[in-house]
Amino acid sequence: MISYYLKLGLLSLKRNPMLSALMILAIGLGVGACMTVITVNYLMSADPIPHKSEQLFYVQLDSWDPHATRDERNLPPDQLTWTDATNLMAAGKAKRQSAMASSGAVVEPQGAEAKPFNASIRLAYTDFFPMFDVPFLYGSPWSAEDDRNERQVVVLSKAMNDKIFGGINSVGESLRIAGTLFTVVGVLDSWQPVPRFYDLTTGAFNTTEDLFMPLSLKMPLELDSSGNVNCWKEPEQPGFKGFLLSECVNFQMWVELDNEQAKADYLAFLDNYANAQKELGRFPRPLNNRLSDVMTWLEIEEVVADDARIMLWLSFMFLAVCLLNTIALLLAKFSAKAPEIGLRRAIGASRRDIFVQHLLEAGSIGILGGVLGLGLALLGLQGIGALYGEFAENLTSLDVPLVLLALALALLASILAGLYPTWRACQVNPSQQLKSQ
Amino acid sequence: MRDLGPILRAMLRNKTGALLIAIQIAVTMTIIVNAVFIIQQRIELMARASGVDEANTFYLSSVGFADDFNAKTTVLEDLAALRSLPGVVDAIQTNAVPMSGSGWSMGLQTEPGEEFDGTGVAVYMIDDHGLNTLDLELVAGRNFTPQDILWREPAARNWPDIVIVTQAVAEALFPDTPVADVVGKTVYINDDESINIVGIVDKLQAPWVGWGAVERAMLSPERTLFNSAQYLIRTQPGQRDILMPQIEEMLASSNKGRIINNLNTIEDTRERSYRRHSAMITILITVMVTLTLVTAAGIVGLSSFTVNKRRKQIGTRRALGATRGDILRYFMLENLLISSVGITLGLILTIGLNMVLVNRFEMERLDWFYLPLGMAALWLLGQLAVLGPASRAAAIPPAVATRTV
Repeated sequence: MISYYLKLGLLSLKRNPMLSALMILAIGLGVGACMTVITVNYLMSADPIPHKSEQLFYVQLDSWDPHATRDERNLPPDQLTWTDATNLMAAGKAKRQSAMASSGAVVEPQGAEAKPFNASIRLAYTDFFPMFDVPFLYGSPWSAEDDRNERQVVVLSKAMNDKIFGGINSVGESLRIAGTLFTVVGVLDSWQPVPRFYDLTTGAFNTTEDLFMPLSLKMPLELDSSGNVNCWKEPEQPGFKGFLLSECVNFQMWVELDNEQAKADYLAFLDNYANAQKELGRFPRPLNNRLSDVMTWLEIEEVVADDARIMLWLSFMFLAVCLLNTIALLLAKFSAKAPEIGLRRAIGASRRDIFVQHLLEAGSIGILGGVLGLGLALLGLQGIGALYGEFAENLTSLDVPLVLLALALALLASILAGLYPTWRACQVNPSQQLKSQ
Repeated sequence: MRDLGPILRAMLRNKTGALLIAIQIAVTMTIIVNAVFIIQQRIELMARASGVDEANTFYLSSVGFADDFNAKTTVLEDLAALRSLPGVVDAIQTNAVPMSGSGWSMGLQTEPGEEFDGTGVAVYMIDDHGLNTLDLELVAGRNFTPQDILWREPAARNWPDIVIVTQAVAEALFPDTPVADVVGKTVYINDDESINIVGIVDKLQAPWVGWGAVERAMLSPERTLFNSAQYLIRTQPGQRDILMPQIEEMLASSNKGRIINNLNTIEDTRERSYRRHSAMITILITVMVTLTLVTAAGIVGLSSFTVNKRRKQIGTRRALGATRGDILRYFMLENLLISSVGITLGLILTIGLNMVLVNRFEMERLDWFYLPLGMAALWLLGQLAVLGPASRAAAIPPAVATRTV
């Protein structure tokens, strides 16, 4: 029966090709626009590390100016001072922890034709790698001992290893970075969390760094401070060391805590720490320390761009227009079929039969519109990629759940659009229709 | 107008169809008016001038890495070489570039003491060639002299005793003083370090285009001794693209202890910094065009359908003496009525969406004149869309009345 109705539906679509094309196009455009925008929003607000985003916490301490808040929402500064970052690391109270910073330096590859170039660097502690499940192609993270002893060890990104060493296992090789020799201890596999949650201060969708090395090297090698440096007070001592020991914030810190109890304990530890610092004359503001898990942190830092949200609103309204369009056209179409429906009813079709038949017709419009919409969404995402360039590099790929969502959205939309016209079609009074023939 | 009665009665017999079109028109109007408003705002944002000679200026970075790299001699040699090149108007070393997104900011205050709030300003470290390179006009006071220029050590904390500020800074610090009289005033940096304002320039944007106070910048008479330096170069008109590769090559080969990178024009930097706005404009225009087409196609489709359904009726009217014009007018008027209902509803929705955008996204309130413009546009769209089907209706011959289906 169903296949017969489907055949009837397709026949009916063929009878008014323009009208059918218009309906399919309307559904396709609406779904395409929505899917494009939903994809961008979905990727922007995606959980970058779903299996443990609730165990990873961003650490904020309020070390700021007594006379001014850092932010209208009375949040602590979004980064830590060197003093606090290194003190919290030395205390080591969490299961895993890594303070970090972004930096950059000149790399001088060996070989006559190899040119020196600037590389981006993530300074971190050994826990960075297991904490964020960073995949290794060769070698392994450096050790906690390397952190403590300020050893010149480096982990390369896959792209860097390809560039410098032609993709071979370069563990054990040495490399001149920032004017000193480093030993390669590991090479990462491709790794690009979206959003790049571990450091949102320099752009939430930036690519991961070229090189990774111990943060403890920052002081002895006087490594550059990239990213944002914010100071409420000038350094009291001169020079690089004076900057590190100042109240300027430029460091991020993440801790891994397994449960609520561990989180409460760590927060208590932070409060104790802040109180101890108050006795040393620091932390002039009221206690305001925070631990935010990954998704909370993404929300606080407003990772989803306002423009993307505005587009989401507009695209749903767009879909609504397309649906209204389809409803109106279906209504007109089904009402023209009243004589035919009257005839079918008179020779024995029940209301239910008529209902199923017409809903199937509407549904087939939905499926066709959905397929068209998917194509348009792919096109739309490509358009977004072209318009935003590198800013949207990691935000324009469809995955299987999104494809299914697109089809479901199209089907749901068309069935919703088909319900009322179908119901009206079922109300046809057979005797009246036959009389007027 | 005598058609009004029959039209209304006919519409009331098919309320749903008319209502659906009306709602569609309302939502279309809501999207289009708000989109046009957003586009207009983005265009205004992008039209702001940075203050520099954008078409003829570019910049690059020089990063020293060799053990024997000498920042001071490098900068002096580079500047001398750059300034003597034919085609170069002037060049400076600077710590920041307008619209580039990265730079320094400091707070200036009119009274010393950490309890007073500073006014945030962007810092540009330049020498006595800065005004010429950046294409700035002195509004009052004087330019820096070569004797004013100091060398800034890495991580230095102190500031020179003099400063040039933009007009916007002068107005922010001394709102009640005429700009010319701000020259000679003392302001404080780092809470209590005093600086004397020696000059006021017309306009120079901070590096951050998204910053609300983007017109506030101060010029500090300094060259930096950091390993990494930026040079900003202004060329004669038309010379920029020829000089860029030449200068890159010249600097790279003059000193092997550094690398030259980050070579960019100000125009590319502007494009990059405003890309999300230009992208939004393109997207919104696409949405508006598609939406207009969908709505128009819907109206065409539906009216064609009604016309076909009423062929016999129309033929009868024609047979009874209605002119083609009468039939045309009938459908145009019908559409006008439906559109009017939609547009009235659209007014409410448009203002509603704008309120949502204002509350949730800190957007501006819609200017009132967008509403009548939007109404007119939607009326016009409806009339144009219905014109085709209506003229087809008018072409139906009276003879149709005599035929049976």
